[in-house]
Order: sequence, then structure tokens, then C-alpha cells
Amino acid sequence: MLNKPIIYGINGPVVYIKGKTDLRMGEMVYVGKEKLVGEVIRLDKDQTTIQVYEETTGLKPGEEVISTGSAISVTLAPGILNNIFDGIERPLSEIAKDGGAYINRGVSVDSLDRSKLWDTHIVVEKGQHLYPGTIIAEVPETSAIVHKVMVPPNMEGTVLNVVEDGQYTIDTPLLTLQLDNGEEVPLTMTQKWPIRVPRPTSKRYPASKPLVTGQRILDTLFPIAKGGTAAVPGGFGTGKTMTQHQIAKWSDADIIIYIGCGERGNEMTQVLEDFSNLVDPKSGNPLMARTSLIANTSNMPVAAREASIYTGLTLAEYYRDMGYHVAIMADSTSRWAEALRELSGRLEEMPAEEGFPAYLASKLSAFYERAGMMQNLNGTEGSVSIIGAVSPQGGDFSEPVTQNTKRCVRCFWGLDKSLAYARHFPAIHWLTSYSEYLSDLAPWYANNVDKNFIDCRNQLVALLNQESSLMEIVKLIGSDVLPDDQKLVLEIARVIRLGFLQQNAFHKEDTCVPMKKQMKMMETILYLYQKSRALVTMGMPMSLLRKHDIFEKVIAIKYDVPNADLNAFDRYKQAIDDYYNAVLAENA
Amino acid sequence: MSIQYLGLSEINGPLIALEGVQDAAYDEIVEIAVDKKEKKLGRIIECYKDKAVVQVFQGTENMSLVNTHTKLTGHPMEVALSTDVLGRTFNGLGQPIDGLGPIVAEEKRDINGQPLNPVSREYPRNYIRTGISAIDGLTTLIRGQKLPIFSGNGLPHDKLAAQIVKQASLGDNADGEQFAIVFAAMGVKYDVAEFFRRTFEESGVSDHVAMFLNLANDPVVERLITPKLALTVAEYLAFEKGMHILVILTDMTSFAEAMREVSSSKGEIPSRKGYPGYLYSELATIYERAGIVAGCSGSVTQIPILTMPNDDITHPIPDLTGYITEGQIVLDRELFGQSIYPPINVLPSLSRLMKDGIGEGYTRKDHQDVSSQLFSSYAKVGDARALASVIGEDELSDLDKIYLTFGKAFEQVFVGQGEDENRTIINTLTIGWKLLGLLPREELDRIDTKLLDEYYVPTEKVEDILDY
Repeated sequence: MLNKPIIYGINGPVVYIKGKTDLRMGEMVYVGKEKLVGEVIRLDKDQTTIQVYEETTGLKPGEEVISTGSAISVTLAPGILNNIFDGIERPLSEIAKDGGAYINRGVSVDSLDRSKLWDTHIVVEKGQHLYPGTIIAEVPETSAIVHKVMVPPNMEGTVLNVVEDGQYTIDTPLLTLQLDNGEEVPLTMTQKWPIRVPRPTSKRYPASKPLVTGQRILDTLFPIAKGGTAAVPGGFGTGKTMTQHQIAKWSDADIIIYIGCGERGNEMTQVLEDFSNLVDPKSGNPLMARTSLIANTSNMPVAAREASIYTGLTLAEYYRDMGYHVAIMADSTSRWAEALRELSGRLEEMPAEEGFPAYLASKLSAFYERAGMMQNLNGTEGSVSIIGAVSPQGGDFSEPVTQNTKRCVRCFWGLDKSLAYARHFPAIHWLTSYSEYLSDLAPWYANNVDKNFIDCRNQLVALLNQESSLMEIVKLIGSDVLPDDQKLVLEIARVIRLGFLQQNAFHKEDTCVPMKKQMKMMETILYLYQKSRALVTMGMPMSLLRKHDIFEKVIAIKYDVPNADLNAFDRYKQAIDDYYNAVLAENA
Repeated sequence: MSIQYLGLSEINGPLIALEGVQDAAYDEIVEIAVDKKEKKLGRIIECYKDKAVVQVFQGTENMSLVNTHTKLTGHPMEVALSTDVLGRTFNGLGQPIDGLGPIVAEEKRDINGQPLNPVSREYPRNYIRTGISAIDGLTTLIRGQKLPIFSGNGLPHDKLAAQIVKQASLGDNADGEQFAIVFAAMGVKYDVAEFFRRTFEESGVSDHVAMFLNLANDPVVERLITPKLALTVAEYLAFEKGMHILVILTDMTSFAEAMREVSSSKGEIPSRKGYPGYLYSELATIYERAGIVAGCSGSVTQIPILTMPNDDITHPIPDLTGYITEGQIVLDRELFGQSIYPPINVLPSLSRLMKDGIGEGYTRKDHQDVSSQLFSSYAKVGDARALASVIGEDELSDLDKIYLTFGKAFEQVFVGQGEDENRTIINTLTIGWKLLGLLPREELDRIDTKLLDEYYVPTEKVEDILDY
């Protein structure tokens, strides 16, 4: 005899039910009179444990738990883009309409607008055999993105009848599919998918194209591939959020899913405002037209914070299935890990390192493995790239979340406190960061940017490394005693740091820089180095070289040369030649 | 007449267990009468079918397993709200202690509040002039921001907070907007509370202050309630009554320590340094209650003060705070040792909202560039000093020597100022330019060339800087 599920005990976001029930593992339930959303997380014969996605104040033992029969899932249909959701896909603007400025508990709103009529263009016909993932209709979801309605991944059959092109809601049946077993299923635009299960694909491609972000230190020094994974760790104030905003704004992904997981409310408001006003330079559409925001701020319930990451990931996979390149910004995965820790503590599980549960590593790697460049079930190619911010406690990268993340990502952009203190932004440190995609992407750079690209990039990195070892000496004895060729290395490294690595996010030209200009800038800096080194080899002291303002001029290229005007670089080459000749002439 | 439960089944530190209760709700407030005389309040923190664990705010002294009568109130902790709270003083539980009688409530509200919907927020952009150069110039305070002061024991954080209150309330408040202060003290010394009370009085704002005092010898558990009470009052005044509220919370370290104490008596699994795993979430529910609601004229600005144990900024309390708040003002013992007031170490200090509230139309167009140049140049001073400590000042290059001079002048005239000195933003920027004038123009790589042409004048003598 199974018991009717009745609340027995409450401890924070964790609710217990005594006795055996027919609830399933991972099932979504409504808890108590206020119908708070919860998920079943542990079952045994005496007790069922539920984590509740909302504040549990006022909940009483004896109240009922209502089963829904399905796992916690998201609704997938047009209307996801240009929208902002909480951690379990409830639209925040709808909540605001109903409940005012605060988020009330137990609000029940539809994830997506069910009354809106969408222009629908049907692309299949009667009698056609459809496979999982086949595109059945196209709907212009926003000015930037055409939403492709697909057959759900677990269905296959023949079209019995289909509607004409026209305007339909997301609940209108578009066609009837006869499955192989004879069953007839009406298909609408809507799909449901459990958030913790990856959506199937047919195969995974190796990384071959970079996600071009317009940020010099990323694109040139530490590129991430489309379908790649990157971690951005840094203490507070080092610019994690800024870095993610920049990528979300300027990267060449088709769609951005921005997950604000346990971060500040004002930050999400800012993203919403900024992205609605900013225009995508490539398409001329507002950035929000390709963006969906998941906002679970730090004061919203902790269990929903844990779910928000998966919600975002599932939305991203859905758009990937349509053949889009999607980039996920997860800010921050540490808050998600802390939510795991908090819930694990409430469940009295045995803690591992620093109180985090032992399954932290496996959950993290399962999360990052959902990224990738894929061939979808319908044959299209799409990718999900994940860029996860990590907020290490005390800025110390040896803590468990950073360390476990490092094992599952291939790109590491380490933010540095001392750079941030000196207001060197982006404060990504060139010595601690790395990208494993470099060799995978080398052919792309050679074919699309310049065949010398990787070579130049390596010279730049070598100079920066030399600078760092020279600085060890300078710290001890000052820079005056160094020989001139080493002084030159320091000077050129300074040019690289100020003129190339530093990038001003608030400057109209500098905020996003195309690859070709990045290449030209590198070339100019290296040309300056080559010419200056020739002078130094001839015995000219650095003090003479420094009298020319060519170094400052090259530093200012990022502001002085418009992104569109690459011919201006010839002038700089000329200026460097002039400087070379002038130094020679003066000291002949 | 509601049911009263006689006796208890367990007492452990501030926690009591009650058996056989009917219809208890999670987070509900209970009233406990000890020996039928002494009244205490408690909150249900764990709740099972016939058992409830209650956290007693006033401590469990005098309680035994048989001498108590417990009554469920049927609601979570609430606070009486009215504009009459201004000018009044309350204890940590919101009960008046100034002898002026109870507050007549216009409304009662659950002190836990509810998360503000990001869609309903308005991004804060209006700056507050504090008259302190290091703050106005480099870490500008914005209305609706949460900007904590990270301090250490013995450093003048109280003085600084009092100066901010005084000058912010006087400064740009002339345009008839209503301004009020909500002050919450958690576990502070009597002298500190008294200092703030006196300052408010002297600066003539005391009838615009609501004070919530939980002093060092008051019950520890009460501290967990105090900031929530204060913020509920602040939200009410700001978003219902349209006032600009400045909330001062001191000392957040005592709050976090109270949380640790209760957590360990509940037998929870500790995470870092014995603090409970939900420290971040708890701190967030407090700090996130700052902001501006779209369509409301009021705002809640928070200045939490916390003392970093052992001056360690990586300690969990400042660390987690820094991840939630929109920047921080860090006080430094070394500057304090050189009698520089306010001893603000500008390098780790930061205001995240500053970039959108300064510049043309807010302060002056050169503000952003001047501040990032000052940061960047002052960071170089550190390198020059490190080098000087190894090879001696005399061996330094000329440029490094200039940086040493710049650093010293910066600390003394830009960071340092009088306790009553109220500088305008123009004064602050002028001093900034004079300091930058000490450096050769090529060194100023963060400033737009046009601005340099307009404002840069080489400074001949260090002494010139002071006269503005």
C-alpha cells in the first residue's frame, strides 16, 4: 500500500515525506498549499526527499505533495529568445506583470506566451517520412533568428495531414504524424525536454573553427573553438562578468544564452538594458534578438540556482539542433557548485574537499561535456560553446571548483588581481592562461586570416615570457643595468601589453576588433621590434631609440586606426622605417 | 485562545525542541513564556510532523524542560512599519527601547522580504557625493548601490561611515528629495553605537534616523534578525514612501559569526572555517536588498561595514561579501599607521557601478580617464617602492624616483583629507590633475589625447598641489 505523499519534515529548501510513495527519482512535484515547485532527489523505502525551488517559509507538515509524473523539464518553442527567465524557465517579465516588483512564491505562469500568433512556414508535405529532428516548419522568432520547428528526437513516422502556411500559436497542431506502430501523434511547435538529459545528436566533430570574440587576448593568444569549453576564473573585481559581457556582445555565435547563476540583480538588469539597446554590428539587429537570459540572482532560492545551469544548457542544445552556433555564458559556476554544497549539507551527505560533495567533479565534467560541435539528428551542423566563470574563494586557484573545472575545460583564461588593481583590462594573465585549441585552429587561421598568424602569435607570447623572466632581475637590481637588447625586449613587451593586450571595452572602436586588424597590429609591433633590434645590434643605445615617439604611436594604434581602415597600417610601416632611418642618420 | 505547549523536549545552546506540536509552519515565530513571566521569541528552523526545532532569540537562560509555555503565532517574523520609525531607537528585535512607546503600524511585513525581480529593477546611475576624494574620485558611490567598507579592528571605519552619512546627507540633498538613514548595529560595542548616535545628533539628522541596536552583550541569535528588520524598514520607506535611504550595517562579521554559532549547535556540516554552506546565500539575501525599483522615486543604498578577521581579505566573510556587493572600500593599516585619514587603500577598492554614473552629464567628462590613470600610476608606485626597498632609493632611475614622489603626494593630499573636509567633485578632479602633473606626459597612457591637451599642466613643486 502506497501512502499519499504528505509533508513530514522541512529543513530549509529540503522537504521530507515519510513512507513509501510512487514518486519517481527526478520527478517534478508541487509542494504544499502554495504549490511550490520541487524535485524528488532521493528515495528510499522509509523516506522521500524533495528539494524545493522556492522559499519554504510558512510550509507546514501535513500539507500535500502533488506529483506531476514527469521529470523537471523546459518548454521549447518560439519565444525563448529576447526573453528573461528564472532558473526553472518562468518568464520574469510575466511574473512582474502579475506580482509586482518582487518575486512571489508559488507563481504559476506559462514558460512561453501561448496566445501569441507566429508566422509559420511549413516545409514538409503530406506523405513525407519524417525522422527525429527533421525540420517541419520555419518561424521568424526575432528579427535575427529563424526558429526551426523540429520533430522531437524520439519520434519517427509519416505525415498524415499538415496545415497550410499561416499564423499559429505554439499549441496549435501543425501536422499529424503516424508512427511506425500505427499510433497517430499531433505535432505542435512545442517540445518538452528534461533538463538533466542531454539532447541526442548523431556525431561529434573535432574543433575546427574559432569562436571569434573581437577580444585580442582571446582571439589571438588563447582562442576558443566553436563547440569548445573555457573557464574564466578570478577573484572579485577582476572582470569575470565584464569578460563574459564582452563575449556575449561581440562574439560571432548565432545565439547567446546568458546564465546569471547566483550573481547580482543589478548586473542582470544591466545586461537586459544594454543588450536591448546595443546593435549587433553584423546583422544590425538588437543584441537581445539573439539572446536569452536566465537570471537566478544570489537572493533567489538556492535549489533553482542549481537547476538554472541545466535549464540554460537545454535551451542551448535545442537551438544547436536547428543548426545554430550557440554560446553559453555561465556566470558563475562556483555559485552553482556552492548550491550543490548547500543542498548536500542539508541532506547530511559525507563532504569531500572544503565541504563540497564528492560528486562535484563528475557533475562538472558532465556539464562541460554537453558542449561540442555536433552533427545533429537532422544532418545540420551546430555547436554549443560553454564559457563558465569561476569565482574561486579568496582568488585562490587551488580550490576544488577551479581545479575540477580545469580538468574538464580546454581553455583557461586566468584573471589576475594585480592586473585588475592596475586597471589593466581585460585582466587575463598571459602567463597563467592557456588554450588547447590552438593547434586545432591553426589551419583556420592560416586559411582565413594570414598564413603567418600562428607564427606571429608565438613570437608575441615568447616576448612576453622573456619580459617576465627579465622582470625577476629588474625587481632585484633595477632596469638600468640591463644590456640594451634586453631593455628593448622590455620596451616591446610594454608596447604589447598596453597596445595589444589591453583593450578598452568602453571605446567605440576598441571594444571589438576584427581578426584582420588584430593580425596587422601584431605585424606592426613585430616589425617595430625587428627594426629596433637591428639598431640595437648596431650599437645604438635604448635611450636614443626612446627619444622617438614611435613606441607611443604604435601603442595608440588601437584608438587611432578605425577598424575598417586597414590601409592605415602602411603609414605605420612607413613611420617605423622613417624612425629607423632617422636614428641611423642622427648617429651615423 | 490558541494552544499553549507546556515544557520542552530538549535545550541545546540557543535551540529548543518542542514535541507534540500541531500545525507548526517552517519559519514561524513562537512566543515562549518562561515561568509565566519572562517572555522570549523564537523562530522555527526545522519542522517535522510532531516536532519543531526553535531558535530562541533572547538565549535559553533560565529555561528548563518544564517551566515554559510556548505559543505559535501563526506568522513569520514581522515588523511594524510606519514613517514614525524615523527618529526612533529599537533593539535587535525591533522593539522600541527609547521609552517613547510602541509604533502604530500602518502595515506589517514579513522581514524575510522577497527577491526583487531583475526585470523590475532600475539600473542605478545617480552618484552620491560623499565629499571624500578617494571615494568620489576613484570608487564613486551610486544611489542604489551596495558598497561595503572592508576594515580591520582598530581602523577608523566608523568615522568614515559617519563622515559619509554626514556629507552625503548634506551635499546634493538640497532639491527637496527625502533622505533618511537606517542604522543597524549587530554585536557592536556600546561606544560604537553611542558614537553613531552622537554623530547623527550633531549633524542634525537624528530625526531622520531609525536605529536598530544589537550590542555586543545582547543575545547572539537576535543578530540574525536585526539586518533583516532594518532592511524591511528601509524597503518600506524607499519603495512605499519614495525616500532615499542609506542603510548602514555594522558589523557584518558579527552577523556571520552568529550564523556559525547557530549552525554548529544545529549540528550542520560546516564548509569553510566552520561557517555553514549557506553563508553565501544568507549574505546575498541581505546585500541584494539594495537597489532601485523601476517606477519608484526612492532607493536603498547600503554601506555594510565588516572587520576582516586578522586583516585577511581572503577570509570567507569579506570574500563572499565581495562577490555579492558592487565593489568595496578597503581600509589599510599601513596608511593608518602614517596617520593618513581616511586610510583607504585604493588599489583593491572598487565601485562596479561607477562607470555608468560618472563622466559627462554626471560628474565631468575626464572623470573616468583620470581615475583609471591614477589607479594605474599608483600601481606603479608599488613596484618602485619594492625596488627601492631592495636597491635603495638613490639607485632608482629618475622615473622611478618621480613615481615615489607621486605616490607620497597621492597618499597625503588625494587620499588623505580632514575629517570634516567636504570636497566637491571638481576639487577632487583638480587635485587629481595636479598629481598627474608630477608625472611626465608620456607616462599618462590611460587618458585620451584631447583631454590631456585640455587639462594636463606639469606640476613644478609638490607644495603647489595643496592649494586648490
